Amino acid sequence: MLQAQELACVRGDRRLFRGIGFELGPGTLLRVQGANGSGKTSLLRILAGLGLPAAGEVRWHGTPIRRQRETFAAALCYLGHLVGLKDELTPAENLRIEAGLSGWSVPGRGGERIAAALAFWGIERQAALPLRVLSAGQRRRAALARLLLADAAPLWILDEPFTALDVQAVQRLADVIGQRLAQGGIVVLTSHQEVPLAGATVQTLTLQ
Amino acid sequence: MNDPAAVAAPGAPSVAGASPPSLRRALAAALLRDLMVTARHRADAVTGLVFFVVVASLFPLGVGSDARLLREIGPGVVWVAALLANLLSLPRLFVADHADGTLEQLLLRPQPLPLLVLAKVGGHWLTTGVPLVLVSPLLGVQYGLPADAIGVLVLTLLIGTPVLGLLGAVAAALALGLRGSGVLTALIVLPLNVPLLIFGSGAVQSQMAGLEVGGLLSLLGAILALALVTVPFALSQALRIACE
Repeated sequence: MLQAQELACVRGDRRLFRGIGFELGPGTLLRVQGANGSGKTSLLRILAGLGLPAAGEVRWHGTPIRRQRETFAAALCYLGHLVGLKDELTPAENLRIEAGLSGWSVPGRGGERIAAALAFWGIERQAALPLRVLSAGQRRRAALARLLLADAAPLWILDEPFTALDVQAVQRLADVIGQRLAQGGIVVLTSHQEVPLAGATVQTLTLQ
Repeated sequence: MNDPAAVAAPGAPSVAGASPPSLRRALAAALLRDLMVTARHRADAVTGLVFFVVVASLFPLGVGSDARLLREIGPGVVWVAALLANLLSLPRLFVADHADGTLEQLLLRPQPLPLLVLAKVGGHWLTTGVPLVLVSPLLGVQYGLPADAIGVLVLTLLIGTPVLGLLGAVAAALALGLRGSGVLTALIVLPLNVPLLIFGSGAVQSQMAGLEVGGLLSLLGAILALALVTVPFALSQALRIACE
């Protein structure tokens, strides 16, 4: 259960938003929309605990996230604008290290599960190439492979996850998100395009 | 392979929560990642070492070949060169991580951040500090230091370079994302390094003068212990602010 209470965000001397509040139960998708610069990314960063709100607070299962950083982090998978992977390493190496850092279970040294996650996104042929030589869409797919490994994390916060993806990958991501919701996960995302999700509880938040 | 469920591990807990994170595994992963990245940028790692050797080798050319004078300034020169070489390596510590998003992901890990950043600084020391320590006996020989003084020089650098890395990391984190962060880092960190410089080169000079060096080495050790305990917390806060 993710609760936001009276959140406000100030950038410089400009107020981006205030009085944002919502409550997301299991199986809910929150889609944050708004024009460029309306504070979507700032809101997501505040929800993830990366940014500090000017007012209000974020609670996870009733406790403010700042007072349970590590518990909250174990429940969260955050995907920002930046891929969060090293250019010098291959997608497979990156994911193996991701799994180690986040404590995701990847049995058998993780090889099979990571290979399966890369194959799901259609980048198994690039698994041994350094990330630096991959295209924008392929890098994005490598970052999205984290979602398949983070399948025990009940909260996903995804900032523009559909960016740079082709039609087929957009549909796959929608399937992955749909399945997460069906299992009782909570997903918060920003997107400029309609998300093709059937049968999920969708809340929409529009930032002015 | 179109079904996401097929990729999920068999018997993985659904939404109940992640399996208990293993701290040791996470620290190993953080360290391993930095070592792997450095291994693919070997030129960067060698730059600092070459810089160290070149700076220390320039002094004799500048001050002349008076053996007694060189012996006297040797410990100080080697220490200053180590300080500058460390400074040169600091931007590599966080700038790339900040740019590619791995730093913000590090802040969102279910492990204590101070320990994760300590692993990062440890990796940085292994690739930048340890080479300096290993090559310093050669510079000692170049300055004509007696064997026992070279031993003390190596020892002071062995204790001192981790502190240089820790203090430098805080400065680099504070300057992260600012314009001209390299110069700012230097301005923050060089004054902080003064005690190390005094105790480090002082210990070598005391050894050459036949004085007791145990006290100075203990002081260096105390600084290292203090830095190891306090710096990771300061560093975590600095990084959280930098990523906000």
